[in-house]
Amino acid sequence: MSRPLLQVRGLAKRYGARIGCEGIDLDLYPGEVLCIAGESGSGKSTLLNTLAFQLQPDEGQIQYDLKDRGLTDLGTLTQAQLRELWRTDWGFVRQNPRDGLRMQVSAGANIGERLMAVGARHYGDIRGAAADWLARVEIPEERLDDAPKSFSGGMQQRLQIARNLVSRPRLVFMDEPTAGLDVSVQARFLDLLRGLAAELDLAVILVTHDLAVARLLAQRLIVMRHGRIVETGLTDQVLDDPQHPYTQLLVSSVLAA
Amino acid sequence: MNNTSHSQPGYNFAYLDEHTKRMIRRALLKAVALPGYQVPFGGREMPLPYGWGTGGIQVTAAVIGQSDCLKVIDQGADDTTNAVNIRSFFQKVTGVRTTEATREATLIQTRHRIPETPLQDGQILVFQVPIPEPLRWLEPRETETRTMHALSEYGVMHVKLFEDIVRHGRIATTYDYPVIVNGHYLMRPSPIPKFDNPKLHQSPALQLFGAGREKRVYAVPPYTDVRSLDFEDHPFAIERWSEPCALCGATESYLDEIILDDQGQRMFVCSDTEYCNTRQAEGHRGTQNSPTSVAGLAGAQA
Repeated sequence: MSRPLLQVRGLAKRYGARIGCEGIDLDLYPGEVLCIAGESGSGKSTLLNTLAFQLQPDEGQIQYDLKDRGLTDLGTLTQAQLRELWRTDWGFVRQNPRDGLRMQVSAGANIGERLMAVGARHYGDIRGAAADWLARVEIPEERLDDAPKSFSGGMQQRLQIARNLVSRPRLVFMDEPTAGLDVSVQARFLDLLRGLAAELDLAVILVTHDLAVARLLAQRLIVMRHGRIVETGLTDQVLDDPQHPYTQLLVSSVLAA
Repeated sequence: MNNTSHSQPGYNFAYLDEHTKRMIRRALLKAVALPGYQVPFGGREMPLPYGWGTGGIQVTAAVIGQSDCLKVIDQGADDTTNAVNIRSFFQKVTGVRTTEATREATLIQTRHRIPETPLQDGQILVFQVPIPEPLRWLEPRETETRTMHALSEYGVMHVKLFEDIVRHGRIATTYDYPVIVNGHYLMRPSPIPKFDNPKLHQSPALQLFGAGREKRVYAVPPYTDVRSLDFEDHPFAIERWSEPCALCGATESYLDEIILDDQGQRMFVCSDTEYCNTRQAEGHRGTQNSPTSVAGLAGAQA
């Protein structure tokens, strides 16, 4: 591991007097899956959106290893550069596929959108790439021309993955991608995600309240409470030997199957 | 302003007051300076409903002068309700000369067509626009579409064309076909058929677009590049018909299909009535317009 992909120092986001998240320091290395866990209202999603610079931080600095410029403070980027980063080198997988997909256009057009955004203008090539990605997320190719609203929840989430990965991002943000899925579909989705992340050397920041998801996917785990990081470390280490009382509570609350 | 020549006492020349006209002309100047950019203006209530050309009428009222010669068309025709009423409106409130001849007109207000007769230097074409924002179908937020325009982020427009090919095997958008103006702004050319899109490109005439409900004007100045969006393997193409105009025999004009009976009989005639009539006067004849059948079909085009 040479240098971090994302480096965060002293990050804070406040909503008026209330704290969204505060005092956040973290480093994310290329190919690393980082999980942010914590109860509802602990600031997980605020942190994720702030890291992705979709919310403007009130304090601190986020540096990202841009392909052409190296580590750069995201605050210095123009809106145009930031939006280009969002749709090429980064990906976003939303909890609700309705927020992350264009529900009224076909799966193929959904996957092709990022390619067209960066100037692809050959219908056959775009469609070919879309079919390829559909296969990689284990959706039958004959569903290429179907609208996402005809897909099951699990397929919609996998389509979101394909739609994001088609531009070969190096960093993907995920906000509870498995929250709406039943357990067996969830397992398949996580398995696919783990395979793709390893294959593409993808860095992932994933928000979840489900510690099993963290256990399966993440190399490193951050536990948040009241907008602050209370514990961080290797996933197995944190889950097997929690140090902070809150983490201990969290781990002991999980029902053993 | 001198308003002695018009025939409607109590109204200013061209209905709108001078301050309003000046305000619209200022917006138009900005629109001309930024080809394809939508400029907001203080749209006024006009004596007809939204959707009937209030935007076009306000633009026409702002630029019309005593010496202008006005032509008004609706879907290419000079004699449909919308065209007749807008023309008589401006006759009443300005007293300017009106014409049906494209060549004679200095100012042409149009709904959904560009005349077949090539436009010339010095002419002004005013379009009535229902929805000015080309990205509205894909992005409902106005703040977001403005940012997209500012950054020329138009990949998403191709998603719509892509979806067309997915569903229909070809780009099935036939009117209001999106164009890039002067290499920058994406523009809705108003619901003209895509047949007319090539006429926007490098046109010698000034083309002004007015949207009354949305209170936006935009413009394509003379001799400006206007490119229709497409894919490399699905290039932009205009409509073609298998037969010529049944009345004047034209093969290069936009044709309307007219159903003649419930037995499947139909005819295709020019949508631009003035063009068709001129050709017939010059002696051109279509299949259903031989001297013997003229009487029976004379009313078909009205």
